[in-house]
Amino acid sequence: MQEFLQQLVNGVSWGSIYALIALGYTMVYGVLQLINFAHGDVFMLGAFFGFYFSRWTKIAQEPTLFGFFATLLFAMAACALVGVIIERAAYKPLRERPRLTALITAIGVSLLLENGGQLLFGVDPKFFPSLISETRLYESANLVISNLPVIILVVSLALMLLLRFIVMKTTIGKAMRATAFNREAAALMGINTNNVISFTFLLGSALAGAGGILVALTYPKIDPLMGLLPGLKAFVAAVLGGIGNIPGAVLGGMILGVSETMVAGYISSTLRDAIAFALLVVILLVKPTGLLGSRVGEKV
Amino acid sequence: MTDNNFILEVKNLCVFYGGIQAVKDISFGIKKGEIITLIGATGAGKSTTLRAISGLLKPREGEILLEGRSLKNIPPYEVVKKGISHAPEGRKIFANLTVRENLELGAYLRRDKPAIGQDMERVFGLFPRLKERIKQNAGTLSGGEQQMLAIGRALMSAPKLLLLDEPSLGLAPLLVKAIFEVIKEINAKGVSIILVEQNAYQALKIAARGYVLETGKITMTVTAEDLVTNEELRKAYLGG
Ligand SMILES: Nc1ncnc2c1ncn2[C@@H]1O[C@H](COP(=O)(O)OP(=O)(O)O)[C@@H](O)[C@H]1O
Ligand SMILES: [Mg+2]
Repeated sequence: MQEFLQQLVNGVSWGSIYALIALGYTMVYGVLQLINFAHGDVFMLGAFFGFYFSRWTKIAQEPTLFGFFATLLFAMAACALVGVIIERAAYKPLRERPRLTALITAIGVSLLLENGGQLLFGVDPKFFPSLISETRLYESANLVISNLPVIILVVSLALMLLLRFIVMKTTIGKAMRATAFNREAAALMGINTNNVISFTFLLGSALAGAGGILVALTYPKIDPLMGLLPGLKAFVAAVLGGIGNIPGAVLGGMILGVSETMVAGYISSTLRDAIAFALLVVILLVKPTGLLGSRVGEKV
Repeated sequence: MTDNNFILEVKNLCVFYGGIQAVKDISFGIKKGEIITLIGATGAGKSTTLRAISGLLKPREGEILLEGRSLKNIPPYEVVKKGISHAPEGRKIFANLTVRENLELGAYLRRDKPAIGQDMERVFGLFPRLKERIKQNAGTLSGGEQQMLAIGRALMSAPKLLLLDEPSLGLAPLLVKAIFEVIKEINAKGVSIILVEQNAYQALKIAARGYVLETGKITMTVTAEDLVTNEELRKAYLGG
């Protein structure tokens, strides 16, 4: 039982990070029907932005909660900016082209960020400073709960609630949902859909940036290719929940995170990375629209 | 010299989809306060004409003038700001949003909150059914209610000119009648209307004149009287 709890805590914490990244995939897919393959690399950039920011500001020298949040906010803002630049420079010019063109471009952007990252940051891993000193919140014979997974979970949940508020309660959120449903009809309402699309990249990239910081808290070895696998898995999480569906991305992320840690804990840690793809195959066979993904059609 | 009485003039409009010409050199005008109708069979180019007016399509040739000013290169979201509202073919309501949110989006560019509230009440005055369903997702509405919502949403931008693309399509006869009554009522409040219909007879009854489109060309300008006096015309073009 206690071991199960241990796995659950770790699984939910990982799951919340997958969810943060998956949200960006799903929102961008919602407005553009584009799978933004560069999204995992934005997550990687988040970790590096945080790394350099905390070094330059000397935040890295001593762990404080303030330093952690400052680093988090900086990484989110910088990633948001990168996301908007990627959208404007790479995807917007292709808006009226076939989807495949944009998809191939997305792969190109991803390669650019990975190779550019290797050039800029170096190929060797860097060690992310411990912005939060690890303490044990609970300890018994075979259950140890440290503060890190709890902080990761709390921060992710707070960001998701904030996102939910933006999407459901604000005017720009309404415009996002309208644009995702039908871009032309949204334009007829007076919505500048180009701005809405940029805003969607901004939100998604900021969340990915936050994910980069949160991962680096527990896995401080960061390198320019670190976005590959989490990016791919978060994409699977988005498909699992139903791509384009925001609660679906959260659900998919959580399911993936928990099942990964359970498999690693109870069966074999070498199977850990295979779980995502097994889940993907199953969901595509059983319910290709994903767990929560089905659109309300228009009636005649 | 432009006649100031025209709210909208279309001059020698040509619209293409890739290499295919859907609208061929058409010209027409609508005066302030008028209803005019574009009629014709499926594929004649009616929707294409409306989509060019609202900026969704770029004309290859010709001019569209709103109160004498060209709408050339003005994106759809700014056309709305200038006072043209387009209720598109197939309604295109936001099924995943509530009725209220759909109506609010109609007023997306407006900042005058009290006036928006008044206009929403006016829409409910026209369509009391929408008020009952205000919190429902629009996708759960019946076809007729969705059409009401599409018209109501288009009114929420407080337009000078309303473009309605086949508002009666697929509705039961009684509902069609009700929709036409509402169109008259909206017009009586001073909104000019371009009505696209296959239901030519009904449309001409409330319109100052109709333009008959055939494979992208305007072949005739008709009025309701023409239908009564000219039996041949009735049979040939209007199926009545
Ligand atoms: N998106 C499109 N791509 C290519 N051709 C189109 C498109 N939409 C309409 N058309 C063609 O343009 C012509 C006019 O269509 P449309 O304006 O929709 O006619 P109507 O509204 O009178 O039924 C038709 O031949 C139609 O097939
Ligand atoms: Mg049509």
